[in-house]
Amino acid sequence: MNLLIDIASWALLIAGSFMVIVGGIGIVRMPDFFTRLHPSGLIDTMGAALIVGGLMLQAGLTQTSIKLGLIIVFLLLTCPTATHAVAHAALARGLKPWTKAVKQEEDD
Amino acid sequence: MFALAATAIVIAMALVLVRAVRGPTIYDRILAINVHGTQTVLLIAVFGFLSDRPDFLDLSLVYALINFIGTLAVLKLFKYGGFGGGGA
Repeated sequence: MNLLIDIASWALLIAGSFMVIVGGIGIVRMPDFFTRLHPSGLIDTMGAALIVGGLMLQAGLTQTSIKLGLIIVFLLLTCPTATHAVAHAALARGLKPWTKAVKQEEDD
Repeated sequence: MFALAATAIVIAMALVLVRAVRGPTIYDRILAINVHGTQTVLLIAVFGFLSDRPDFLDLSLVYALINFIGTLAVLKLFKYGGFGGGGA
């Protein structure tokens, strides 16, 4: 039983690490601000939830597990709100979403 | 296994910092620092397990809340040039 829990927790940690790395690469390589919101969401939700889930399996039914649950609740409440605030501010300030037409204007 | 997760998070933090330095707009930088904060929360939690001291989770919890307020504060500072007034 312990081995099964360990294997499940390792799988979650590896999947979470993969998501975090992919999000990091995406934030560097995406072409404009609004597309970069997407990899940031990947890190904030999938990466955080998978890694914290893996840690919860390691902790078992203890106080540590409750704290990890609180962390994931706060992250899921605050990160989308902050991302929305940044995106709304950028849109209100008049930042143009990236399209092929916008890119051609920049090239001209 | 915790070491692998911690390494992955540190690499991703470095990548996100590249975006924070390169910009080009202020919103890119704010977004990058917000994500960097989220990754810091994860790194502190994983490091607590790595060093067998789960007390670190309290720091992680506080960082998650401070990160949110910090992001909104910087946004407001940039938009209105100050923390007071300016409406909602």
